[in-house]
Amino acid sequence: MLLIHCPCCGVERPEIEFRYGGEAHIARPMQPADLDDHQWAEFLYMRTNPKGVMAERWRHVHGCGRFFNALRDTVSDRFIAVYKTGEPRPDSATASGEGAR
Amino acid sequence: MTLSFRTSKGGRIDRAKSVKFIFDGKTLVGQAGDTLASALLANGIHLVGRSFKYHRPRGILTAGSEEPNALVGVAKSAAAAAAGQSVPNLRATQVEIHEGMVIVSQNRWPSLGFDIGAVNDRLSPLFVAGFYYKTFMWPKSFWNRVYEPFIRAAAGLGKAPTAPDPDRYANRYAHCDVLVAGSGPAGLAAALTATRSGARVILAYEQGEPGGSLLHDVGAQIDGRPAAEWVSAVIAELAGNDRVTLLPRTTVFGYFNQNFIGLAERVTDHLADPDPSLPRERLWQVRARQVVLATGAIERPLVFPENDRPGVMMAEAGRIYANRFGVLPGRAIAVATSCDSAWRAAFDIKALGGNVVAILDMRTDVDPALKEKARAHSIRVETGCTVTGVKGTKRIEGVRLGRISGDTVSSAGSLACDCLLMSGGWTPNVSLHSQARGKLDWHADKGAFLPGDPVQAQRSAGSCRGIDGLAQVLADGARAGAEAAQAATGNAVDVPAFSASGSEVSSGWWLGAVPHDRDASRVRAFVDFQNDVTAKDVKLAVREGMHSIEHIKRYTTTGMATDQGRLSNMNALSIASTALANEIPQVGLTTFRQPYTPVTFGTLATTSRGDLFDPVRRTAIHDWAAAQGAAFEDVSLWKRAWYFPKSGEDMHAAVLRECRTVRESVGIFDASTLGKIEVVGPDAAEFLERIYTNPWKKLGIGRLRYGLMLNEAGFIMDDGVVGRIAEDRFHVTTTTGGAPRVLAHMEDYLQTEWADLKVWLTSTTEQWAVIAVQGPKAREAIAPLVDDIDLSTEAMPHMSVRQGHVMGGIPCRLFRMSFTGEAGYEINVPPSRARQVWDAVFANVERLGGCAYGTETMHVLRAEKGYIIVGQETDGTVTPDDVGMSWAIGKNKPDFVGKRSLARPDLMATGRKQLVGLLTKDGKALLEEGAQVTAEADPAPRTPALGHVTSSYMSAAAGRPIALAMIANGRARHGETLHVPMPNGAIAVEVVPPLFVDPEGSRLNA
Ligand SMILES: [Zn+2]
Repeated sequence: MLLIHCPCCGVERPEIEFRYGGEAHIARPMQPADLDDHQWAEFLYMRTNPKGVMAERWRHVHGCGRFFNALRDTVSDRFIAVYKTGEPRPDSATASGEGAR
Repeated sequence: MTLSFRTSKGGRIDRAKSVKFIFDGKTLVGQAGDTLASALLANGIHLVGRSFKYHRPRGILTAGSEEPNALVGVAKSAAAAAAGQSVPNLRATQVEIHEGMVIVSQNRWPSLGFDIGAVNDRLSPLFVAGFYYKTFMWPKSFWNRVYEPFIRAAAGLGKAPTAPDPDRYANRYAHCDVLVAGSGPAGLAAALTATRSGARVILAYEQGEPGGSLLHDVGAQIDGRPAAEWVSAVIAELAGNDRVTLLPRTTVFGYFNQNFIGLAERVTDHLADPDPSLPRERLWQVRARQVVLATGAIERPLVFPENDRPGVMMAEAGRIYANRFGVLPGRAIAVATSCDSAWRAAFDIKALGGNVVAILDMRTDVDPALKEKARAHSIRVETGCTVTGVKGTKRIEGVRLGRISGDTVSSAGSLACDCLLMSGGWTPNVSLHSQARGKLDWHADKGAFLPGDPVQAQRSAGSCRGIDGLAQVLADGARAGAEAAQAATGNAVDVPAFSASGSEVSSGWWLGAVPHDRDASRVRAFVDFQNDVTAKDVKLAVREGMHSIEHIKRYTTTGMATDQGRLSNMNALSIASTALANEIPQVGLTTFRQPYTPVTFGTLATTSRGDLFDPVRRTAIHDWAAAQGAAFEDVSLWKRAWYFPKSGEDMHAAVLRECRTVRESVGIFDASTLGKIEVVGPDAAEFLERIYTNPWKKLGIGRLRYGLMLNEAGFIMDDGVVGRIAEDRFHVTTTTGGAPRVLAHMEDYLQTEWADLKVWLTSTTEQWAVIAVQGPKAREAIAPLVDDIDLSTEAMPHMSVRQGHVMGGIPCRLFRMSFTGEAGYEINVPPSRARQVWDAVFANVERLGGCAYGTETMHVLRAEKGYIIVGQETDGTVTPDDVGMSWAIGKNKPDFVGKRSLARPDLMATGRKQLVGLLTKDGKALLEEGAQVTAEADPAPRTPALGHVTSSYMSAAAGRPIALAMIANGRARHGETLHVPMPNGAIAVEVVPPLFVDPEGSRLNA
C-alpha cells in the first residue's frame, strides 16, 4: 500500500484514505462548443499513459477532501512530488518535496 | 516399518513426550517437537502423496516451506475432521504435530498405495508440455462434456473443507525501524545488531523455533559455544528488549510498495487445545523503515531419471531430519551430489549411527580433505559418478550408477539403498528481493542470480545473497543490521564481531539435467515436482518455439507451483538455456510475486466475513419495519424495507396489495436512504446550472425541480429532485446508491474546474430522515400533524417545498412531490424524531385504509408512470434523449457538464436504443428483466438483439404485466410486435409508450 503525502493536510497517510483521480493538467475547455468533435474526443478520452513520470490527480477523500496533484513514476510507483491543484507541474528532475520520499 | 527410525540420541525433539496422531486412518506416534514430516519419517513413511498430473507416488523431499510433494489435509481432531473442518494443501514439513491431529494424504483414490489416477502416468505422452493447448482443443464440443470434467477429476490438489471455517483470524498493524525476515545466522546477527543500537525491531521467522541452519549445524561454534546455545542466548536478549517483537511461525509473504510488508502468523495450529481467545492466524501489516532479508538459500535437486521416487530427498533435508529431529531417513542411505555440503550430511548421519552406503560425486576434483574424512567414516566414495535412475516406485530399492566421462555416461552398475540424498548446490532465496522489485544479477562463477541494487529500503544478508561460511554470514548479517538501523534511526551503530568455527564453506554446484545413459524417450527426470514438469517438457517447449522463460514457464507450468520455482527455476532455466544455446541471463528469470507461500483466505479476510464483511446502514424506521415483518433488500450498504407481507401473503400478493392501496387511498414509505447534499453559497444556482442539464437560476424559492445529471461524456449518471430553500441554498437529493459518487463528482468540478465559484457542499444524507406519503389521501394523512404549513394546492402546489414544523415543533422540510404518479409528500425530519413522526403518520394512514409499502411497490408504481431508475433503465451509455427526457435539458444554457458530448455524432445517431413500454400479447406472461428483445420469434444465430427488458412487473393498476425496455429506434416502433426469446419459446410483445397509468398526470395535482 502506498504512503501518500497530502499537501493540504501536510501529513503522510496510507493509500486507503485517498482516491485516484486520473491524469492531471487536463483542463476542461472554457468554451466546449468551440471544439470540433475530434478535439472534444481528445479532451474526453485521450490520455498520455506514460511509462515513467506521470502527473496525476488524487483526492484525500477520507481526510481533508481536497484534490491535489502528484508526480508519480508509474514504473516504480514512487511519488516524486505532490502539489496543490492550480500550481504548475514541478520539474520532475529537481523535485524533492516531501512527497518525494 | 515397526522399527523406529529414531536415532538413539540427539535432536531437539522432546523424547519424553510422545504425541499420537492419525495419518490416513492409522494411529502413529511422534515426539513433541516433530513436524509431521519428521514424525512420518520416524515411522519409516516416505510415501505421503500423489503428484498433481501423473499421480506418481511422492515422498518427502525437503524439510522446509519449499516442499513440493508432501502436501496433506489437516484437521485439528477427529471431531473436526468429522465435521468437515480441515485445511488442505499444508506442507507436512511445516505442520507441527499435536495430540489427536488427523491428517489425510491427497490426490489419490481410493488409497495412497493404490491410486486409479496413476493411469495418467502411463498416459504421460498425452500430458506433455502445453497439453492443455493441444490435446483438449478438438473437437470443441468435447471441452465441457469430456475434457474438463476429466481434468478436474484427475488433477488438483487437496479437497476444500465442506464446513464453514470455524476459526477466527485477526489483523494487526505495526511500525518498526528494522524488520528482519529470517532467523538463521544472518537474520539473528542483523536483529541483534539493530536491537543493540536502540532500533525498534521485528524479527519474523517461518518455523516454530528460531535459528535456521544453526539448529542442525551441530558442529558449529559461535563465540566459543555450540551454535544452538548461541541462538538461545541471542533470542533471550531480543525477547528481553521491549523494542523487539519476535514473530515465530510467521511468513513474510508479501513485500509491497514503500516497505509495506505482509506477514502471516500461524498462532494456534501447532496447539492441540489452544486458548479460545486466540485467533488461528494473524495478518500483520507492517510499515518498516528498513528491511533486512535473511532468507537463506535453498538446496537444488539433481535432475536425473526417476528423481521423484519416494526415498529420494534433498541432502540437507536428510541432515536436518537426522540432527534436528533425531530421525534417520533410511536404513541404507546413498548420497548423490555435486557440492561439498552434501558430504556433511553423510558424515553427520554416519556419526548418529546411520548407514551411509556411498557418496557419489559428479565432480572428479573433490577436496581431498572430504575424501579423507569419508575414509575415516568408512564411507565408500565414487567421484565422476552420478545416479542415472532408481529402482522401486513407492519407495526406492536402489539406484543405477553412471560413470561420467566428458559429455557421455556409461553404466557403472547399481547400488542397493532405500534413501538417496541429493544435492545440486544452493540457490540463493531471492524471492522477497524480487518482490520488492529489486533486480537480480547473474553471477556465472556461482551459477546463481544474486540481489542487485535494491529499489526499496531493504538489503539482503547472508546466503540469500550468495555469502557462504558461517563467520562470513554472521559478519554480513551484522553489517546489514547496522546499515539498516543507522538508515532508520540516524544513530551511529556498533557492528559486533562474531567468531565462528566448525562450519565449513561449501563449494561446487550443478545446474540443469544430469547426463545419463538411458533411453531419453522412455525416462523422465523431474524439474518441477509439484507441477510434474520434466526436463523433456522444457526441451519440448523450446522445440515448439518458446524462447523466453516467461513463455516456457506458462507452456510447461514449471515454476508455477506453490514454491514459485524456488526448487526448480534454476534447473529449468539451465535446461532451456542449453536447448536454446543461449546464456542464462539472456533466457531470463521470471519474477517472484506475492505471496511467498500460500496464505489462507481466512488470514487475508481477517474479520471481514459474515456480518462484518461490509458495514450495514439502517434508517431510523428500520426497527419499526422489522417489527412489522418487512422483508429487506440490500441497496448499496443500506437495508431497505422491500415489502410488508401480511399473514399468508407472498411477495407477489403483498406488492399487488400495496400498489392498489397507494393508488386508491394512501401509502407510507421510508425514503430516508436517498442521498442528500446541501448546496450553499452565493454561486449555488450557477453551480447547479453547470452540473445539471436543467436550468436553476429562475427556480423560485420554495420550488422543486427534477434534476438530471450527466457525466462529461453525455451519459446519465444520476437524477433526483432539488429544492430551492433560499436564494443561496439548495436541498439536492440523489439516488440511494449514487450519493457518494455524486458528491465526489460535484467536488471534482468545484475544486478543480470552477474554483472561483463560492459554493459549499455538505452531505446531509444522515441529517434528514424522509417519510414519503403518497396517494389520493396523502394530504389527509399528514394534515393533522403539520403545525405551520398551508397544505392547500393553491398555497403549496405540486413540486414545492416548505420549511416548518410538525407535531408541535419538530422542524421539517416538507416536499410536495411524487415518484408514484399520485399526489404526495415527503416529510424530511431529523432522524432522532423520525420514528415519532412516522408512528403518528402511520396511525393516520392506517385509519384512512392505507398501508406501509416497500421498495418493490415503489419500483412498480414508478414503472407504471414510466419514471426511470438510474442504473436500471440506464447503464452508463444512455443519454437523456434515449429515455425521452430531452425536456429536462435547459435549451438556453450555454454549457453544462455533458452538453458538448450530446452533440457528438454517435450520441445523435438514429437507431439508438430508446425507452419504450412492452406489453405481452397474451396479457399474462411476465418478462424477465435483462431478457433480449428481437424482431423475429426465432432469430438466426448471431442476429443482434434490438434491445433488452429493463424493468418488468405485474401491475395492479394496469391489471396485467408491464415492462420497460431499451429498444433500437424504439419510439418509432410503437404498435410493432417484437419477440422475447426464452428457453421455452419466444414471447410476443407489443411496443407501447412507456406510460401505463394516468397519462394526463391529473392525479398529481389533486
Ligand atoms: Zn488532506
